[in-house]
Amino acid sequence: RAGFKFDNVKRNELLGEKGYGLPTATKTGTTIVGLIYQDGVILGADTRATAGPIVADKNCEKIHYLAPNMYCCGAGTAADTEFTTNMISSQLALHSLNTGREARVVTAMTMLKQYLFKYQGHIGAALVLGGYDVSGPHLFSIYPHGSTDKLPYVTMGSGSLAAMSVFESRWRPGLSREEGIEMVKDAIEAGIFNDMGSGSNVDVCVINKGRTEYLRNYSKPNERVTKEQSYKFKAGTT
Amino acid sequence: MDSINIQLPHTIQRPSAAFSSGATTRTTQPLVTGTSVVAFKYKDGIIMAADCLASYGSLARFRNEKRLLAVGDSTLVGVSGDISDYQHMEHILDNLMTEEYYMDDGQKLGTKSIYKYISNIMYNRRSKVDPLWNSYVVAGIDNGEKVLGFVDLYGTTYQSATIATGFGGHLAQPILRKRVEGREDEITEEEAVKILDECMRVLFYRDARSLNKLRRAKVTAQGVEISEPYSLETNWDFAESIIGYGA
Repeated sequence: RAGFKFDNVKRNELLGEKGYGLPTATKTGTTIVGLIYQDGVILGADTRATAGPIVADKNCEKIHYLAPNMYCCGAGTAADTEFTTNMISSQLALHSLNTGREARVVTAMTMLKQYLFKYQGHIGAALVLGGYDVSGPHLFSIYPHGSTDKLPYVTMGSGSLAAMSVFESRWRPGLSREEGIEMVKDAIEAGIFNDMGSGSNVDVCVINKGRTEYLRNYSKPNERVTKEQSYKFKAGTT
Repeated sequence: MDSINIQLPHTIQRPSAAFSSGATTRTTQPLVTGTSVVAFKYKDGIIMAADCLASYGSLARFRNEKRLLAVGDSTLVGVSGDISDYQHMEHILDNLMTEEYYMDDGQKLGTKSIYKYISNIMYNRRSKVDPLWNSYVVAGIDNGEKVLGFVDLYGTTYQSATIATGFGGHLAQPILRKRVEGREDEITEEEAVKILDECMRVLFYRDARSLNKLRRAKVTAQGVEISEPYSLETNWDFAESIIGYGA
């Protein structure tokens, strides 16, 4: 019998009604963005991972490596974005060796969307895929059900509206590198400060022809204040 | 007649069984609705904007609706949510102003009083589980002080230098907080209009229940002024570079 079996979905729903629901998956809450600038693409993400109302990770990495010329931001269920991007990254490496060529962004996009569609939205991965290949810079947004959009600027996650308001006010074609990075930083900061599911720091990734710069914690607008006194106990206290 | 299955807007709440036994229920779901209202304090007073659309679910039903109201000559009220409930409040406020006129005591109802009055009505209705399904933005200058407040269908109230209802809370508020917070007294009318238009433009782009026909109003020491409807310039150049959705 061909096709994926969704029997357990029904089982899980019934169990949920009886009070045996699944534990809340760690969601990335999240603000992730991508934009096309003069020389390539710039990706951005916040660094807060939430489990319900609790901040599970204050400085997680949401910009995932796919290939030397391609990175992917992930929003939604953290495990899903992590494992999905890892899997496609492996497949891309093998593909690249098989073909003797540098991987193309559309290849990753197709692999991701076909995988997500197969699981009919049950894999909660909302992705912003960006990269630079032989045919130039590309930027895609990929939704959990498997649909894709090819756009010059995208945002995803709970902070996407805050970030999009920044892009809609300021984006124009032909941005310089400095302007692009500044805009990405401002968009992520809009999410960090106005969306409760997003917070902490800003990660940026700049991808252009032949060069990728992963700028981890490019901006840290939420550093903890220096503690007012030392709370160290004398050796031998207990 | 055969029952028709209409796809209702997602904001509906089904009338609870407990209340079908005698208590009067009116608004359990908003029908004709207005979207965001955006407002903030600036140098001369408060500026506010709302589009001219009253939607019927996904239908853009009434395209010349007034959602900005002058109450007396020193208070400006903006409304989002159910239009029939707004019209009811309009009626109540009109009666209030008439009573005040009859009293003829040389006193005028200040913005703070009108704000309190609306808040009390809203909380009272919520407590009877029969809300007026709206979010109000009340603005004015009371004794030289700029007042800008929010009241919603639950009776939640708060005052801030920047207020935005509905989608405006998600799309406009981040812009307002960055551009206005901390420098209200520096912003000239010219800059205020620019900031407001930027917010309304983003809302037109991204709120699927908005319209590019809006009114703007200001309340200053000179009184309330509500503009005629106008439209914003939009830029769709980004679309030229888009072909398809993938490979």
